[in-house]
Amino acid sequence: MREVDRSPGVNLERIKEIVAECKVERWALIPVVQRIQNEFGYVPPEAIPIVAKSMKLFPSQVQGVISFYAQFYTKPRGRQVIRVCRGTACHVRGAETLLKMLEERLGIQEGETTPDMEYTLETVACIGVCTLAPNVVVNDAVHGYMDPEKLAKLLTKGEG
Amino acid sequence: MGEAYTVFVCAETPCLSMGSEDVYRAFEAEVKRQGLSNVAVEISGCHGHGLCNHGPSVVVEPEGIFYLGVRPEDVPEIVSAHLRDGRPVERLLYRDPKSGRLIARYHDVDFYRKQCRVILRNCGRINPEKIDHYIAAGGYRALAKALLKMTPEQVIEEIKRSGLRGRGGAGFPTGRKWEFARNVCSPEKFIICNADEGDPGAFMDRSVLEADPHAVIEGLTIGGYAIGATTGFIYVRAEYPLAVKRLRIALDQARAKGFLGKNILGSGFTFDIYLKEGAGAFVCGEETALIASIESQRGMPRPRPPYPAQAGLAGKPTTINNVKTLASVPIIIDRGAAWFAGIGSEKSKGTTVLALSGKIVNAGLVEVPMGTSLSTIIYDIGGGIPDGKRLKAVQTGGPSGGCIPARIPDTPVDFESLAMVGSIMGSGGMVVMDEETCMVEVARYFLSFTQAESCGKCVPCRLGTKQMLEILTRITEGKGQEGDVETLLKIARTVKETSLCGLGQTCPNPVLSTIHYFRDEYEAHIKEKRCPASNWERLPLKSRRGVRAPR
Ligand SMILES: Cc1cc2nc3c(=O)[nH]c(=O)nc-3n(C[C@H](O)[C@H](O)[C@H](O)COP(=O)(O)O)c2cc1C
Ligand code: FES
Repeated sequence: MREVDRSPGVNLERIKEIVAECKVERWALIPVVQRIQNEFGYVPPEAIPIVAKSMKLFPSQVQGVISFYAQFYTKPRGRQVIRVCRGTACHVRGAETLLKMLEERLGIQEGETTPDMEYTLETVACIGVCTLAPNVVVNDAVHGYMDPEKLAKLLTKGEG
Repeated sequence: MGEAYTVFVCAETPCLSMGSEDVYRAFEAEVKRQGLSNVAVEISGCHGHGLCNHGPSVVVEPEGIFYLGVRPEDVPEIVSAHLRDGRPVERLLYRDPKSGRLIARYHDVDFYRKQCRVILRNCGRINPEKIDHYIAAGGYRALAKALLKMTPEQVIEEIKRSGLRGRGGAGFPTGRKWEFARNVCSPEKFIICNADEGDPGAFMDRSVLEADPHAVIEGLTIGGYAIGATTGFIYVRAEYPLAVKRLRIALDQARAKGFLGKNILGSGFTFDIYLKEGAGAFVCGEETALIASIESQRGMPRPRPPYPAQAGLAGKPTTINNVKTLASVPIIIDRGAAWFAGIGSEKSKGTTVLALSGKIVNAGLVEVPMGTSLSTIIYDIGGGIPDGKRLKAVQTGGPSGGCIPARIPDTPVDFESLAMVGSIMGSGGMVVMDEETCMVEVARYFLSFTQAESCGKCVPCRLGTKQMLEILTRITEGKGQEGDVETLLKIARTVKETSLCGLGQTCPNPVLSTIHYFRDEYEAHIKEKRCPASNWERLPLKSRRGVRAPR
């Protein structure tokens, strides 16, 4: 097994606790990974062998599940996760333009995090708020009817 | 003593994002400050008047007075003028855009008047976080009737006679599906509610779960009783955090009241429901992939047979139903199969919930009897196309569906009729497109979605979507070549016929239907290197006239 660098601030004891708590659940792998991610903001690579061992799986099997699902991240993400909806309704109302704007302003591409760890830029297939299209989600808050002006304001607010 | 007024503040995702939580708190505080003891303030699901884009919305019952765009600063006036003195605040009422008339009651709003609410019966009229509201609205009556007065076979017979067909896309008769599962002999069986709703442009299931979670729980429990299941699951996508939260609350309350758990209502039937959150993969809406995902594996479809009804979750017989299908079950048991079968068209019974969005004046959830014409939905209910533009096409069924051109506006919306024009009902997404929409780009958009979401297990889907996407991208960039359309048609047909699961089998539909109806637009791109509509990428984001500026 490959040695992984321990990311700063990852509490291995806490990961073991979460794993132990979820073990009673039937088909616990995805729920365990979800809970780890909820606490740490991502799935620290050093969690994978711990999870694998407790579920009697190979680390590669756990890794395989994590990489299959769009919402599992194995790298820390920014303090503000900005998601641009790419659903049909948002698309016909200009989501593409918004994404380009954000990529330019933040200097990163979709899926990346700014070096200062402030912003992560992502896209999402539809958040089901199509009536307010186009939508941008910052952390958990939905911002509907986005336009370049509002988007610029949103970014400066975050910095303040 | 009953309350004179109940104020329902919409607390669904769109209204919440416009600040309805502050409005709710302002009402609570103001009612207290003014000492009104006969006013109850409640949250609710979507009032569903197609005006989500004018939110936050507030309905004052029992009169059904309907306020739009309410801000916290408006609340003191509503409380003193309306709730204390009985004079509704005119400036916040809805104004009919056609006649300019003020409309106070939501029953009178065009968008609402032409609808028929069966699945959405409780949306906006009860507090989804209070089980007593659901019970007062007749909830769990059907469960008691099914468990105490009917045999599982009678429940299945009733559903069969109602003509209910699955609302998740394929329209398979629910009664027959339950009968298969019932007839398989096994000590352990499962029933799953499919709340994955991965189609972009669809939000019907989110709305039902946020506004009326108990209806789904009740339907799932009745289904469990009918097929002889021991355990139910609700598989809900992680993009819907509020739906997850409301479901958790509802499940706890149902357990506390004895509607779930051991020996439900003294009937001897034991059943419980667990929530499983998805982790972001469109293909997990497909039944076998969904089962794999609940089992904590990669959500990949597998060939059928064996069907889930024979060998599903943990290899046990498993039934999977959509949210709306299950929400229809209690009302069918309660009001009888004949009542339900009296609504809708000949082969498609009941109602359909459509998520109307795109280039449309009133965007929102629309529930109409099956067989209602497209033009009724778009013009009479949806209020037509904004900015004086013309309708070009309507896309139904998401990435598995197709585009219906404006020249056949009288197409009835039901399973058979939509299939006849080359589209599908799907889960009910309906995206309206105006004359500026480039149809090649629409096809390219859907292909980019399915290409990204293909699980990659089968070759036709993995490589076919990639090739189609490459060709479509080339065409939209003005680099199309003679013969591209023929190649597209050929790949599309192959992918359709040879893919493993529904994703691949249906993903060529947007390509096929746009070529069928808008071939000239493809030709213009290829031969003249121009887009007859407008260039999507350069489509400016403009504020929309005629709509009150959102905040
Ligand atoms: C790729 C793919 C995605 C699907 N997504 C969903 C979905 O999000 N929700 C849903 O209810 N059905 C979805 N379905 C259909 C389901 O597999 C299944 O037919 C349905 O849940 C059955 O319920 P019903 O009989 O009540 O319609 C999908 C099918 C495919 C092939
Ligand atoms: S398309 Fe963006 S929320 Fe549905």
